[in-house]
Amino acid sequence: MAYGSRAVLRGVSCAFPPGTISVVLGGSGSGKSTILKLVGGLLRAQAGQVVVGGRDITSLSESQLYGVRRRLGMMFQNGALLDSLSVLENLSFPLREHSRLTRDQIKTRVHERLAAVGLEDVDDLMPRELSGGMVKRVALARALMQDPEILLVDEPFSGLDPLSTKLIEALLVRINRTRGMTMIVVSHHIPSTMRMAGHVVLLLPGSVVQGDPAALRSSEDARVRRFLTEDTDASEQILAHTHEFEAGEHAPVRRGGA
Amino acid sequence: MLRLLRRLGRPLGKVIEQLGRIAAFTGHILAVTVHPPLRLREFVDEVFKAGVLSILIICVSGMAVGMVLGLQGYNTLVRFGAENSLGAVVGLSLIREMGPVLTALLTTGRAGSAVTAEIGAMKATEQLDGLRMMAVDPIDYVIRPKAWAMVVAMPLLSALFIVAGIAGGYLVGVVLMGIDSGTFLSSLENAVDFDDDVAGSILKSVIFGTLVGLISTYRGYSATPTSAGVSAATTSTVVLASVSVLIFDYFITALWRV
Ligand SMILES: Nc1ncnc2c1ncn2[C@@H]1O[C@H](COP(=O)(O)OP(=O)(O)OP(=O)(O)O)[C@@H](O)[C@H]1O
Ligand SMILES: [Mg+2]
Repeated sequence: MAYGSRAVLRGVSCAFPPGTISVVLGGSGSGKSTILKLVGGLLRAQAGQVVVGGRDITSLSESQLYGVRRRLGMMFQNGALLDSLSVLENLSFPLREHSRLTRDQIKTRVHERLAAVGLEDVDDLMPRELSGGMVKRVALARALMQDPEILLVDEPFSGLDPLSTKLIEALLVRINRTRGMTMIVVSHHIPSTMRMAGHVVLLLPGSVVQGDPAALRSSEDARVRRFLTEDTDASEQILAHTHEFEAGEHAPVRRGGA
Repeated sequence: MLRLLRRLGRPLGKVIEQLGRIAAFTGHILAVTVHPPLRLREFVDEVFKAGVLSILIICVSGMAVGMVLGLQGYNTLVRFGAENSLGAVVGLSLIREMGPVLTALLTTGRAGSAVTAEIGAMKATEQLDGLRMMAVDPIDYVIRPKAWAMVVAMPLLSALFIVAGIAGGYLVGVVLMGIDSGTFLSSLENAVDFDDDVAGSILKSVIFGTLVGLISTYRGYSATPTSAGVSAATTSTVVLASVSVLIFDYFITALWRV
């Protein structure tokens, strides 16, 4: 995948197993958000394949992609809430567009989802009146409104207090257990990552390491260990490496099906 | 000669490419227009923003232009002893030219630029991508109501401008210069032909509304998603829309004699 002549994610191949919480780790700028956008079909890879639910989406037209996206829910890193609509309208929006539920049914569902992310009495607030952490949680609630088969979450924990972090973590785990929802979570939060993940994809400069958390923890690779030990000095070193990784050229991207 | 052609060739190619994109964009808007849902609420909101909020500026400007026309017309006509036709002069220039053209220019500055800025900002904050991920086409939900609102609002605003202008001309001619009120009005009434003048005036403003609506939405939609990109797009909307209104005005006038 490349933005113009700037290549990110070069020769990356990874799979996100269905019904599992996969966590994507990697330094800032290593292309984590880019992976989510590729899966959502918002970006098109210059080479390689992106397979979602057994279907190669790289060759689909934009209108065919809308069919695929109805089974996806995505929480953007910055929330991407519609800023001319209130919280209630934002959350009602996907259901008003795609379901035949009545106004009251929608409202009930909205309150349910808001409660699940630990928010109440925010119906009439506008997105600009929310704090960063509130925006994240509203955005997560919106991604969950339609009970998607695959949930893409970009950094749900950044900017949250420890209590909310625990709450969101528990929520994601619960939904994954009860509905068997496939989740791809981008996160910097190592402890919660290691607790919730069934599969970890670690983007390192020039390579990808993946496996279940236990396997990664006992990995021989020094870079992996440094990344996982939350040692800030070590993390910074990895970040320094990341820049070399970004400067590659156009190259294939391959992604296994979720 | 060849070198000249080659030198002209590149920008010309760019222009043609741009025109092609705008044509595809227009086709896309038309395609989503014939599909349900109607999105009446969004449309009404946009007509309100483009139309109702422009009423004051249109009335004030129309009045001022009408008064100037009254004064200039009177001073010219009085040399030929033809001041009794002041109503015809003021009315015809407003209906055939000044009304549609000046309304389009004012609306470009007042509403067209706002449309571009709003869409550009939505793009920069990933709201358009957010819509796509919710399987909602941004051209359908965001662009379509804004473009159509401009087409509908323009003739209404132009009519308002003309009425305010005639009032201004009346004020100067009858109240200040002392022309008989009946003379002024009957000269106006006898000169204006519905099929020719009024229908032509409506045709002009509908075409201008389409131009401003398309250019302002297209510029916002294709803006570079940064603050500088959005501001450049806004400027370019004002320049491009104003110039094309003036150029189209000539051709409409020449072709349909209105
Ligand atoms: N629109 C763009 N144009 C050009 N380059 C881009 C664009 N978006 C991202 N990049 C580059 O791609 C790389 C990956 O970006 P991405 O947003 O995927 O990183 P990330 O891993 O999500 O980082 P973070 O943890 O900071 O969110 C970055 O180096 C960035 O410079
Ligand atoms: Mg990111």
